[in-house]
Amino acid sequence: MTDTAETIRQQAAARTIRLEVARYRPEQDGEPVFQSYDVPLMDDWAVLDGLNYVKDRLDGTLSFRWSCRMGICGSCGMNVNGEPRLTCGTFFTEYGDGPIRIEPLKGFPVIRDLVVDIDDFLVKLQHVQPWLIREGEELPLTAEYAQTPEQLEAYKQYSMCINCLLCYSACPVYVLDPDFLGPAAIALAQRYNLDSRDQGDRFDLLNLDEAVWGCTFVGECTRACPKHVDPAEAIQRYKLTAAIRSILPWSRR
Amino acid sequence: MIDVLIVGGGGAGLRAAIAVAECDPTLEVAVVSKVYPMRSHTVSAEGGAAGVIGVDDTLDEHCYDTISGGDWLCDQDAVEMFIAEAPKELIQLEHWGCPWSREPDGRVAVRPFGGMKKERTWYAADKTGFHLLHTLFQTTLKYGEIKRYDEWYVTRLIVDDGRVYGAVAVDIRTGRIETIPARSVILATGGCGKIFPFTTNAAIKTGDGMALAYRAGAPLKDMEFVQYHPTGLPFTGILITEAARAEGGWLINKDGYRYLQDYDLGTPTPTPKLRSMELGPRDRLSQAFVHEQHRGRTVETPYGPVVYLDLRHLGEARIDARIPFVRELCRSYQNLDPATDLIPVRPVVHYMMGGIHTDLDGATPIAGLYAAGETACVSINGANRLGSNSLPEILVFGRRAGVAAAEFARSHRQAEAPAVQAQGRDEERRLTHLRGDGKKGERIADLREEMQHTLEGAAGIYRTGDVLAKAVDSLAELRQRASEARLDDSSTAFNTELLNWLELGCMLDIAETVVACALNRTESRGAHQRTDFEQRDDAGFLAHSLVHRAPDGSPSVGLLPVTITRWPPGERVYGR
Repeated sequence: MTDTAETIRQQAAARTIRLEVARYRPEQDGEPVFQSYDVPLMDDWAVLDGLNYVKDRLDGTLSFRWSCRMGICGSCGMNVNGEPRLTCGTFFTEYGDGPIRIEPLKGFPVIRDLVVDIDDFLVKLQHVQPWLIREGEELPLTAEYAQTPEQLEAYKQYSMCINCLLCYSACPVYVLDPDFLGPAAIALAQRYNLDSRDQGDRFDLLNLDEAVWGCTFVGECTRACPKHVDPAEAIQRYKLTAAIRSILPWSRR
Repeated sequence: MIDVLIVGGGGAGLRAAIAVAECDPTLEVAVVSKVYPMRSHTVSAEGGAAGVIGVDDTLDEHCYDTISGGDWLCDQDAVEMFIAEAPKELIQLEHWGCPWSREPDGRVAVRPFGGMKKERTWYAADKTGFHLLHTLFQTTLKYGEIKRYDEWYVTRLIVDDGRVYGAVAVDIRTGRIETIPARSVILATGGCGKIFPFTTNAAIKTGDGMALAYRAGAPLKDMEFVQYHPTGLPFTGILITEAARAEGGWLINKDGYRYLQDYDLGTPTPTPKLRSMELGPRDRLSQAFVHEQHRGRTVETPYGPVVYLDLRHLGEARIDARIPFVRELCRSYQNLDPATDLIPVRPVVHYMMGGIHTDLDGATPIAGLYAAGETACVSINGANRLGSNSLPEILVFGRRAGVAAAEFARSHRQAEAPAVQAQGRDEERRLTHLRGDGKKGERIADLREEMQHTLEGAAGIYRTGDVLAKAVDSLAELRQRASEARLDDSSTAFNTELLNWLELGCMLDIAETVVACALNRTESRGAHQRTDFEQRDDAGFLAHSLVHRAPDGSPSVGLLPVTITRWPPGERVYGR
């Protein structure tokens, strides 16, 4: 952003909004505490702009993750007034005069302030074999595998997952049972299952109580997803696939 | 003991990691990244990746477009090699599952792009970098031997007697400082856009790898060549991809006039014409904006002057099919709909043509140290990179650096040097003393902003000697003040304040090299335009700038001849 313009606007903006931010410093806090900061109430600021104002001007000790600030890197997910949101794309204008309560994503261990431990997801992601599996000889690097726009469309939506983990935070099953494979990992497994180029078989990884059968189809994951991936649909579709396969074991997908 | 240590988990780093694993599965390869790899800034690339595939296209034409686009500062042997390998890398990505957009018959689709005479830009709608990065990251998960240090920050390379022996890194989560001995190291940390105030670059783009190499004694190259992308959203700096113009978007000024026709870029046509008007090169388009501003034909906004990108005539269906992310970004971040509204845009710092000096295999002058991607300068981008050349660049040179670093590790198996532990201990002492040291100096953000404005003022789209000379002094003074900055956070857990301070140190080093190289180059070429030296000077400056860190810490600039193979310097012609 342009700082000179920002300064002018800040001088013009007499109004402020209160951010109630969850703090957790493992060396000094037994449990999270809230700290309030008043930041300029700018009509084009996102919650992330407010947090950066705090970090830059008010309190250098506040820790949170962010990077691209254009909704694609997946770093800045937090709980904003009780809902899992990408803070770079969640604007002050949604919250009137405030206050806005900002907490770490629910369902994950907190490392510090607004930063949560997501290593569990990385393990689960690797577990579903999220790569293209081929049998036999690979094509030489002179030709692509043909894939029509319709075949691309069949899995494209599931390839849009940015791993922001808002879906896990929203998922009532995951919050209670950390062994549940969870929405994004299953959606990404389906991304490859439905890819016409893939010849893998992820049945044994997905047809489990802690995988697709653990889902109670509340659909909170799909509502939370900022990229319209619809993990709930991915899970329900695989339940159908798995059910058919149990009856007709030779069917693949 | 790590065989190949890769610093950076974006496209170049991950491509290198796979190359190492495929070369020799017995090698220990590790990727250390200050963010989880899928958060890396490759994720933000939108428009596409160039690789010759069409039957009417040739490698030579892509070479010529790249070399003329780079105002003849590219090394032509590097360009020829790069362009020959690019299609193979893009097909490799396809074989790994990248969801490239397709023709109805199932072949990969290509689109036009700025400065390109043929349609050769592969794309995955307008989230090409996102898909490329996630495909690479998910593919690395197949290789169990690739070890990851997620959210670790490298603070120093261990170099002794002209050879690298590893690195020192901080585990951001715990604050633990660790010396990681390695037989070879690849730097793949991306660019340094955050040295400027208004940039498309993510917060993490602070030039860390460039600074690590520079401090270790490796030279940086062509640091004065900073690319302004002509179309960024005014407040956020969010990129509106060149693909929007490739699909037929127009740039218009406050009078609704397609002003590029006044700047020797061709005559307007209703549908896009290759190498013409809106599909001219980025340096020329950004320079045209400045002239429009001087003529009073831009529109004033609270965030500075803008022109408009007009996509309305493309219609909703085409926008949704080809550039859906543009619509998503405009709606979310600018509160407008490009199907019905004009998009305000202005030039925004986007890409660093310069970087760590390497050869065609990514090797730096320090034995065992390699670099690839935006952090490196081979150079294939010369004085101005063409849009859609950077994604194939990270793949081609990521792979080459991976292969070369693996080879180096295999042939240098001797025990670690005594210097490793000693240098590691020095660095650990330094870092431990920094954290929340109770100093009450200036805030990091204030110093950072002052640096950014100094750079914008001195090393923006147009530069002049006097201002650059003043910036040299300002940056030296800022370095002093930054060493006494205020650090409040004494915690070892996820201390981002310390991280920001270390990043500021990297940025100040890089900023100094940008200004020093810009001051030294008394000519105008590509993205480096001097108002006091308006002409290109091939007699004096058909050469790369090579900048070393002098013993007193200041940058020392020399020149290195450009490699010319088949395309002697000529005029850059667009639209005629």
